[in-house]
Amino acid sequence: MATQNTKSLARLMMAPAVIVLLVWMVVPLAMTLWYSFQNYNLLTPQNVSFVGFSNFVYFYTDPAFFQSIWNTLVLVLGVLLITVVGGVAIALLIDQPIFGQGIVRILVISPFFVMPPVAALVWKNMIMHPSYGVLADLARFFGFQPIDWFAHYPLFAIIIIVAWQWLPFATLILLTALQSLDSEQKEAAEMDGANAFNRFIYLTLPHISRAITVVILIQTIFLLGIYAEILVTTNGGPGYASTNLTFLIYRTARLGYDVGGGAAGGIIAVVLANFVAIFLMRAVGRNLDR
Amino acid sequence: MARTVSRGSKIGWTIAAWVVALLIFFPILYAFITSLKTEPEAIAGFSLIPSGTFENYITVQTQRDYFKPFMNSVVLSIGSTILALLFAIPAAWSMAFSPTKRTKDILMWMLSTKMMPAVAVLIPIFILFRNFGLLDTHIGLTVMLTLINLPIVVWMLYTYFREIPGEILEAARMDGASLWKEIVYVLTPMAVPGIASTLLLNIILAWNEAFWTIQLTTTNAAPLTAFIASFSSPQGLFWAKLSAASTMAIAPILILGWFSQKQLVRGLTFGAVK
Repeated sequence: MATQNTKSLARLMMAPAVIVLLVWMVVPLAMTLWYSFQNYNLLTPQNVSFVGFSNFVYFYTDPAFFQSIWNTLVLVLGVLLITVVGGVAIALLIDQPIFGQGIVRILVISPFFVMPPVAALVWKNMIMHPSYGVLADLARFFGFQPIDWFAHYPLFAIIIIVAWQWLPFATLILLTALQSLDSEQKEAAEMDGANAFNRFIYLTLPHISRAITVVILIQTIFLLGIYAEILVTTNGGPGYASTNLTFLIYRTARLGYDVGGGAAGGIIAVVLANFVAIFLMRAVGRNLDR
Repeated sequence: MARTVSRGSKIGWTIAAWVVALLIFFPILYAFITSLKTEPEAIAGFSLIPSGTFENYITVQTQRDYFKPFMNSVVLSIGSTILALLFAIPAAWSMAFSPTKRTKDILMWMLSTKMMPAVAVLIPIFILFRNFGLLDTHIGLTVMLTLINLPIVVWMLYTYFREIPGEILEAARMDGASLWKEIVYVLTPMAVPGIASTLLLNIILAWNEAFWTIQLTTTNAAPLTAFIASFSSPQGLFWAKLSAASTMAIAPILILGWFSQKQLVRGLTFGAVK
């Protein structure tokens, strides 16, 4: 059906989006790469010089670098653990025959639509505040000393907030996967005498494993870039205790005016993200072939 | 479902599910309740019964000019979504209806641009915006939000368009419809639901985007994300006002979100889970 005419028309229709994305991908990334080899500070913009790999060496030898990599890993893995385990559990719960399933779904999904600064500030002030927060009230009610979350467990507090934001996403996707499970299969397993645990391990879990993979990969992409939640709660502190790689680069570039150093950090972030991206693209690409 | 469930177990599951759901929803509910309290009440300890004042909503407007960032959010999220659709509809259309050998590669490459960490290009974007006078402007931020959401928009539209049966096109062509008529009378009516879903999800994503909106604005073009982030100073005497501002910031998108649960799964998993 595709004549030469429609083919060239198709190419023409695709061109604007492709060109815009190509420019968007190539130009800033090339600039970052270029800056990463320059000694360029926004406070002294007249002294720009080529410095080879010294920005990378500087970034690499900064003790904050390894802490930020570690924090990034803890943040991503912590949130993934909570959201995947919690998501499976809640999805299974909602998938049961219950009264008011629609409303339960709506309540559970809601945190995903809360913008990051609101989510973080509500948790920081109204839930986790050491003197006026709900958790402090609860602790006092049971006779415990309230915990100053952001002073003593800043990274853990941020993990909780971010996990709250992403739990709905995991739940919704896993629930969608669960609901596509053939109920006849479930019944057959039941008739064959498989108990609930075995049905979960041998039937449900394999069925939703693909959705779990997708949840892990997509969340990782977003979780590597967590920024606003840190900015409005701990501002990366105390010290560097809750600074992830994204926040360290922001600190270096915007607060330290160090363009070269920030750019070198940016390149490291790209390399990190690519590891994840490769796996995600494979998972998505496989689906495209079906 | 032919499974018979005893009433007792149904009630048990219902109670468990509702407890979990209410716990998850609690922070949102509590922010709303706090917004109806006075400032002293807000820090007076746990209470689910506010005195019911609307004063905070008025104060947020009169003291901080809430309407301005709200309108900025509206303009930026709708503007960037429409702009993205203008680029994405023809692209997704041609990929769905005239696929070539390279269509899959192009789609995967578009997806890969979404994987680039924003912070990696923070410096060049900031410097470019500064040099072109785009910092804190509506046009600059609209373009930015369009770019970061364009891959998702193309993907979502593509998955919707692909479901439109090709035979209908052929039938229309047999009847002698021109390409233009084919698009206007045959395809558009079938594509509208997919476009509407894509529009909805991307307004939500743009509304909640909190990296570029905070980095590239100060006051003039600052949307609600940047406005709310400016409340982060550590005094405890503004919680009721913060809650009022927060409630107004999330309410419209929360309601839109409730209507877009299905599209959310589809859009954010790039069609990998349906």
